[in-house]
Amino acid sequence: MSRAALLVLADGRFPAGGHAHSGGAEAAVGAGRVTGAASLEDFCRGRLHTTGLVAAAVAAAAALGVDPVELDAAADARTPSPALRTAARKLGRQLLRAARVAWPSGELDALAGTFPKGAHQPVVLGVTALAAGLGPADAAYCAAYESVSGPASATVRLLGLDPFDATGVLARLAPEVDEVVTRAVGTAREAVGAGVDALPAASAPLLEVFAQAHAGWAVRLFAT
Amino acid sequence: MHLDPSPSHGGPAAVSADVRRPDGGRRALRIGLGGPVGSGKTATVAALCRALRDEVSLAVVTNDIYTREDAEFLLREAVLPPERITAVETGACPHTAIRDDISANLEAVEDLEDEAGPLDLILVESGGDNLTATFSRGLVDAQIFVIDVAGGDDIPRKGGPGVTTADLLVVNKTDLAPYVGSDLARMAADARAQRARLPVVFQSLRGEDGARDVADWVRERLAAWVA
Ligand SMILES: Nc1nc2c(ncn2[C@@H]2O[C@H](COP(=O)(O)OP(=O)(O)OP(=O)(O)O)[C@@H](O)[C@H]2O)c(=O)[nH]1
Ligand SMILES: [Mg+2]
Repeated sequence: MSRAALLVLADGRFPAGGHAHSGGAEAAVGAGRVTGAASLEDFCRGRLHTTGLVAAAVAAAAALGVDPVELDAAADARTPSPALRTAARKLGRQLLRAARVAWPSGELDALAGTFPKGAHQPVVLGVTALAAGLGPADAAYCAAYESVSGPASATVRLLGLDPFDATGVLARLAPEVDEVVTRAVGTAREAVGAGVDALPAASAPLLEVFAQAHAGWAVRLFAT
Repeated sequence: MHLDPSPSHGGPAAVSADVRRPDGGRRALRIGLGGPVGSGKTATVAALCRALRDEVSLAVVTNDIYTREDAEFLLREAVLPPERITAVETGACPHTAIRDDISANLEAVEDLEDEAGPLDLILVESGGDNLTATFSRGLVDAQIFVIDVAGGDDIPRKGGPGVTTADLLVVNKTDLAPYVGSDLARMAADARAQRARLPVVFQSLRGEDGARDVADWVRERLAAWVA
């Protein structure tokens, strides 16, 4: 395992489309639910333990070699909002493009052949981790961290939130990211034998409902 | 050109700077249009579509910052059928989407070729940005930087990557020069000094056939692309 490869994959500047997404933060700011560092922390904590956990588990399972087609269907079943499903597949396609140049591999080529318009992003993330010589926990870390770092950096732009405060939120959440990754990898290992139904199905209804509404906004800074 | 680093793997091409499409055909020439907010990028794209649409098969990608206004303007003006216009969302940061992370734009150009193709030309309009915003060579084959006389006649002198390195510099809205006190001769001299032998076009889209010179430049690039 290469720790440096993990830094490459987890880098916020990895060119895979994430910059255009707020992870629900724009809708939450619009609804007056995120107004500063404290409410951003609450929002991120909620996201981490719900969609963050699911994404981390799916990514870890993909890195353990669980069938991407089954994982993609499992991710679909765990994403009620059609807007978020579309976004997840778009992001998966964008990640796949970058990953195939960064870590050329037969697995990534096969994934592109099976999903020409993209698989759910965590599925691609897991296969990318494999191609990069990383393990399931690395894939889960990328997914779990992304579930909070996306909203945090978007909120800096949306609210003019002090960037040091936003980074402080992420630092305080780090121990919980560790816990989520441990749980995610545990369920992913179960899924290897027991199938994708063993994966967690935690969901945050408001994130899904707001995402649908946000997709209809005429004026918005972020795609989701 | 960036060639596929793993030709042995077979699958679909990962890198869209490849000149060939996965099916072996030549992909469309891609030309980017960047420049400050309101300089006339969309108006130039519209004029180019009108001038070229009967000669070549073309499509447009817009990068709006927080709306779909550019795409909707082009649709309203009916410069192209709707299936030939795609809007990319840029997340508050237009230069990221055309330079640092081009993945969404590459997806858009590929989908246009798949769904509206075969295409000869794709125009990619950047969201209005600052003087340092240029397109990645992984996204476009050539780029046009559009400034206008009303944004201040010292912009060519200030330079910056857009003004100095774009394959074509367009100074738009020359009709406004008398009203805003811009010195066109000085702008031309400054642009020449910044750009060595790279071309500069002065235009007004208020005039008849205002984008004629830019259209001719695009025709030359197209001829070189298929040669
Ligand atoms: N007088 C004059 N107005 C022009 C000319 N070209 C464009 N305009 C006007 O300038 C305004 C901005 O033009 P756009 O084409 O929307 O500019 P843009 O660069 O696409 O703007 P953004 O995409 O918002 O950055 C519009 O009202 C145009 O009608 C010109 O040559 N002369
Ligand atoms: Mg425009």
